[in-house]
Amino acid sequence: MAVPQLLVHDAKDNVGVVVVEGLTAGTEMLCVITHDNTDFKLRVEEDIPIGHKVALGDLKAGDTIIKYGEDIGKMVGDVSKGHHVHTQNLKTKRW
Amino acid sequence: MFDASNLTIQAWRRENGRVGVRNHVIILPVDDISNAACEAVANNVKGTMALPHAYGRLQFGEDLDLHFRTMIGTGANPNVAAVVVIGIEPEWTKTIVDGIAKTGKPVTGFSIEQKGDFETIRQAGWKAKEYVHWATELQKEECPISELWVSTKCGESDTTTGLSSCPTVGNMYDKLLPHGLYGCFGETSEITGAEHICEKRAANPEAAAKFMKIFQAYQDDVIFAHQTDDLSDSQPTKGNILGGLTTIEEKALGNLEKIGRTSTYIDALGPAEAPEKGNGLYFMDTSSAAAECVTLMGAAGYVVHTFPTGQGNVVGNPIVPVIKISGNPRTLRTMSEHIDVDVTGVLTREMTIDQAGDALIEMIRRTANGRVTAAEALGHREFVMTKLYRSA
Repeated sequence: MAVPQLLVHDAKDNVGVVVVEGLTAGTEMLCVITHDNTDFKLRVEEDIPIGHKVALGDLKAGDTIIKYGEDIGKMVGDVSKGHHVHTQNLKTKRW
Repeated sequence: MFDASNLTIQAWRRENGRVGVRNHVIILPVDDISNAACEAVANNVKGTMALPHAYGRLQFGEDLDLHFRTMIGTGANPNVAAVVVIGIEPEWTKTIVDGIAKTGKPVTGFSIEQKGDFETIRQAGWKAKEYVHWATELQKEECPISELWVSTKCGESDTTTGLSSCPTVGNMYDKLLPHGLYGCFGETSEITGAEHICEKRAANPEAAAKFMKIFQAYQDDVIFAHQTDDLSDSQPTKGNILGGLTTIEEKALGNLEKIGRTSTYIDALGPAEAPEKGNGLYFMDTSSAAAECVTLMGAAGYVVHTFPTGQGNVVGNPIVPVIKISGNPRTLRTMSEHIDVDVTGVLTREMTIDQAGDALIEMIRRTANGRVTAAEALGHREFVMTKLYRSA
């Protein structure tokens, strides 16, 4: 199997994690769901650093973000598929 | 299926039957103002190590209990062969000496008052030298790997820890706990967002209730009592955020990967409290600050620590070998001198979690047999007391 650029924990997740350095906008990423080892393709729309999250679909403010098949917080801004999800648009529901 | 039942290590069996993987003679200060005498003894007598720390004066109540428990537990740890205790006053010094003596290991206390540093250093030096000669002739024996007590805590986490290094530790626990290993995880603050999942991983309702009580007390007494904002400046940390972690929930879910798929915890311990319900996995109420947490687990009797890191935490401990595991290729490229187990292959899909778990078990075996960890080689000896409130 080729080396993936994006790993997704669970089929229910709506974000994945960049696992290579130097990923540039426009790359057609090989994405693997680690839970069942299935894969798919997704075009990344921005340069995104290793370890950071990419939206797997269009996300709107108020949407719950799912990772590990679990709730990790809510969107506070809109972001479209293939873009960066991080502190600028995702916040905790705690504290 | 992996079989750990025949894996053995060469280690020291202590007077109380516990197995140690290091053979330290330590010079233990009761309090901050005894650090200088302890460091002088350790300088005079090679093969000993002083454990300086910042506290031990005018503490009271639960905070003093924790101080004594940490001091006594550190001296009692099976990685320690013998102990010289030095304090300013004889009473608290004796409390710690008597606590350590229950293990049956050699321990002697010295107090500085009415004597001064010079005379204390002279007397303690003679005893330390005697202990070094004695300890260095102790022989190792063959022990099952499952007799080890192995703790875990992750640090400078990022999204790669949840994908690779934390599930590597979880896989190790799933394989070794059924054979009799003692395990321990903690980090009360960093379970926030996944406490409902952690509650369900208890082996019995009592352990679940104890965990939830500890968790709620932390939220009420620490977070809500002291917070000035949403804690977004502290949890996740700046390093976590740089590594791609966004929320405490996300961090907590990655953190909990360390307890594997099948392991359940049999009890929830207070800080530095020794497990008393037999072999198995324990939760401990600890800070998520690396040095504090590893110090507390060492004081509870754990002899090897497994430490997943993403962005590259460099922590060590004076008496417990800390094994670093990382799956972040950038960290392996920029600071590989700190990493003992490279699991970057998990991210490239060239290594399974099962293989990564086996690699960690092999590193635990080698470390127990004497391989110096990266943190030991680099002189990381962070010994940090947990302080519950201001002193009197």
